[in-house]
Amino acid sequence: MFKLQKKETIDQSSLYTVPLIAIGCSLIFVFILFLLIGKNPVLAIFIIFVEPLLSIFGLSELIVKATPLIIIALGLSIGFRAGVWNIGAEGQFTIGALFGGATILAFYPTSGIWILPLSFFIAIIGGILWGMIPAFFKARFNTNEILVSLMLTYVAILFLSGMVYGPLKNPDGFNFPESRLFHDSGTLPIIFPGTRAHIGFLMALLLAGLMFYLLKRHKFGFHVKVSGESLRALVFSGKSTNYMVYLSFIISGAFAGLAGVIEVSGPVGQLVPAIPVGYGFTAIIVAFLGRLNPLGICFAGLLLALTYIGGEAAQIKLGLPNAITGVFQGVLLFSLLAAEAFTNYKVTLKKMRGNF
Amino acid sequence: MQNILEIDGISKSFSDIQANNDISLYLRQGQIHALLGENGAGKSTLVKIIYGIIKPDHGSMILNGKLYDPNTPEVARNEGIGMVFQHFSLFESLSVLDNIILGQKGNQKKDSILERLDDLQKDYDLQIDVNKIVATLSAGEKQKVEIIRCMLQDPKIMILDEPTSVLNPSEVEKLFNFLRKLSKQGMAVLYISHKLHEIKELCDTSTILRNGNVVKSCDTADVTINELAQLMVGKAIDNKIKLSQPKQERVLDIKNISYTNPDIYGTSLKEIQFNVNFGEIFGIGGISGNGQTELMKVLSGEVGLNDGNQILYHNEDISGLDINERRQREIVFVPEDRLGHSAVSSLSLSENLLLTNLWDHNFFSNGVIDTNYVDEKTSEVIEKFNVQCNASGSLASSLSGGNLQKFVVGREIIKMPKLVVCEQPTWGVDVGSASLIHNYLIEISNSGSTILIISQDMDELRSICHRIAIISNGVISKPYDAKRITPEDIAIEMAK
Repeated sequence: MFKLQKKETIDQSSLYTVPLIAIGCSLIFVFILFLLIGKNPVLAIFIIFVEPLLSIFGLSELIVKATPLIIIALGLSIGFRAGVWNIGAEGQFTIGALFGGATILAFYPTSGIWILPLSFFIAIIGGILWGMIPAFFKARFNTNEILVSLMLTYVAILFLSGMVYGPLKNPDGFNFPESRLFHDSGTLPIIFPGTRAHIGFLMALLLAGLMFYLLKRHKFGFHVKVSGESLRALVFSGKSTNYMVYLSFIISGAFAGLAGVIEVSGPVGQLVPAIPVGYGFTAIIVAFLGRLNPLGICFAGLLLALTYIGGEAAQIKLGLPNAITGVFQGVLLFSLLAAEAFTNYKVTLKKMRGNF
Repeated sequence: MQNILEIDGISKSFSDIQANNDISLYLRQGQIHALLGENGAGKSTLVKIIYGIIKPDHGSMILNGKLYDPNTPEVARNEGIGMVFQHFSLFESLSVLDNIILGQKGNQKKDSILERLDDLQKDYDLQIDVNKIVATLSAGEKQKVEIIRCMLQDPKIMILDEPTSVLNPSEVEKLFNFLRKLSKQGMAVLYISHKLHEIKELCDTSTILRNGNVVKSCDTADVTINELAQLMVGKAIDNKIKLSQPKQERVLDIKNISYTNPDIYGTSLKEIQFNVNFGEIFGIGGISGNGQTELMKVLSGEVGLNDGNQILYHNEDISGLDINERRQREIVFVPEDRLGHSAVSSLSLSENLLLTNLWDHNFFSNGVIDTNYVDEKTSEVIEKFNVQCNASGSLASSLSGGNLQKFVVGREIIKMPKLVVCEQPTWGVDVGSASLIHNYLIEISNSGSTILIISQDMDELRSICHRIAIISNGVISKPYDAKRITPEDIAIEMAK
């Protein structure tokens, strides 16, 4: 029988080695998987993980997909550090997209540079409001925030559908369930002409830098750190335990809402029922793969974005099902947790005795 | 009598710290042997080596004439070594019997366990209702369960780590009787403690450790308590500074505080009423779990009170203020638990300094932490209170209990506060550090600070307080003059 024992000292370098080991293991796993289903594994891995990086189009799409992942994961990392588990970023993302998109649509076809900032503001408010629901129930009735935030995701997705099938439907759209295309004032500027890469990515990097500074040097980061270590010490330092619950949900809700409006005013350009494609869930993997560190999250966001693009490429070129993206992401999270466990614990072999 | 366990030249180091250095000691059948030393002297490491939790770097052990080299605690238990830890490892929501059965190896029949349990209870006076839920037991009863679990494995050597730290005086007496009975029947007992009078009373022989070395092994009868203390600390303990007389001016006036504990196993406070004068050291004694922690939280503002309860501080009602608003009024708090309450072990000392200074604008500019200022203040505390550590960036977990406590107390009293509220300021702290902490408290009280100490250590309270009250079942007694309170008074008030 095996037994896990906590190690007394943990190597500091594990901060970098754990994610690398996890990525390595996941690659080995998909290698074997491709072998088993009769595809050339070297070619498949090349198409998924290397080829997208070799073209301008691939790189620009990488940025497009990484933007929401990074922004959502930055917000989630605060709660995860503090021990508040928001699993419903997908819902807050959806509400942000809806609130922001509806604001843009409300001013159609007015032009003005104030339209985007206003819609961003409304979207952030929407994300926060949606995040406040699990926070309130947790603070007031001590409900489990994982369940409440997760379930609200499905409410949010249906709410978006309801709006797009109803009041926000394009009046000239032949009854298709989608809104009008946003006009120019409601669309994010493009960084590289001819691609979809928009300035949202720069905002993501800026936010990562800001977060890095706040966590390291600001009082706020100190509270987050203490809260994750000991709630009694947090109360002793002068903050209530509910303070951290609300703060975590406000921040992760705001970030997810922002990512939502960036997504609709950037690559999508209108409201459709299929806006939530799982970024909010993938961002959980991004946050942990990035070790809850803003810099790490940027790298992890790019890597997970690669799995989306590579998955599409594999679908087209190798006839693999799209599920390959989900499989890789799942294996990655699994390997990450395993690698983490093996860093913090050592495995000892225990003799089995007959009388057990 | 023959040696049952011989420890020969054991050494163990952790990176740059030599925890045990060439330690030898002998345990004889039927002997109670004390392992004595300050926190960080290497007692725990040695015990962990004997119990198979840690492997030594050098040295060997011989058990019953055979080489003994345990890899796991399980091996140690099979070889007849039983251990009762300071912190209980019981399932709170299960019954005593379930806990006992879960602790036994293999698939023994419940009936045979019950039968042996019966014999054990009769032979050793370990009576306990086995159907009770563990959470409802007192600390002494929980320890009894641990001891029964250990005894059912027929140990030849019993190791107890600071067993009296959670017991009240009558429970201590019962434990001692039990241990004496064990030794009469030929069992060897290794008794770890830093309470000198207990060792003097109970133990036949003693081994004193200091900085990982054996300072002396001797018959306990041959040394005085003072000699033991000096061997342990390595220098003569400073005599206490004289207490000065408090002024007749009320600093803290508690009027009829009642607090209902939301935790069903916790204690509620009932009409607590007392006052503390300017420059006074006021002690609140009592056995643990009688409302001390609740009182501490109410005074610090960590839990709120209902309307109508009044905490008057210089005639201002502060009961509605939060902990940082109270700190702004130059009141400081030192709660009992330094791991996860008054300090966070995974944070550095500077970060731990910040923990109680978040209200102070000097540490921040626009919310950004002024790290230079924090480090400077941290170094001041480290220097002034003689905290043994590498630097202000050291993790709190790298400090021994006594040093961390010096830091936690020093962090507060370096501010020259007007009122200090502390709970168990010397809990689990070695004699040297405890006496330093006492001296600091007396010093600041002499220079005009008012101090409220909540402690289970009546000797501590009697030696440094002006007045003492006893808390029992959430009710506080009338105050006694610390010079005149008798053991009988204490016993009567504790039993109320």
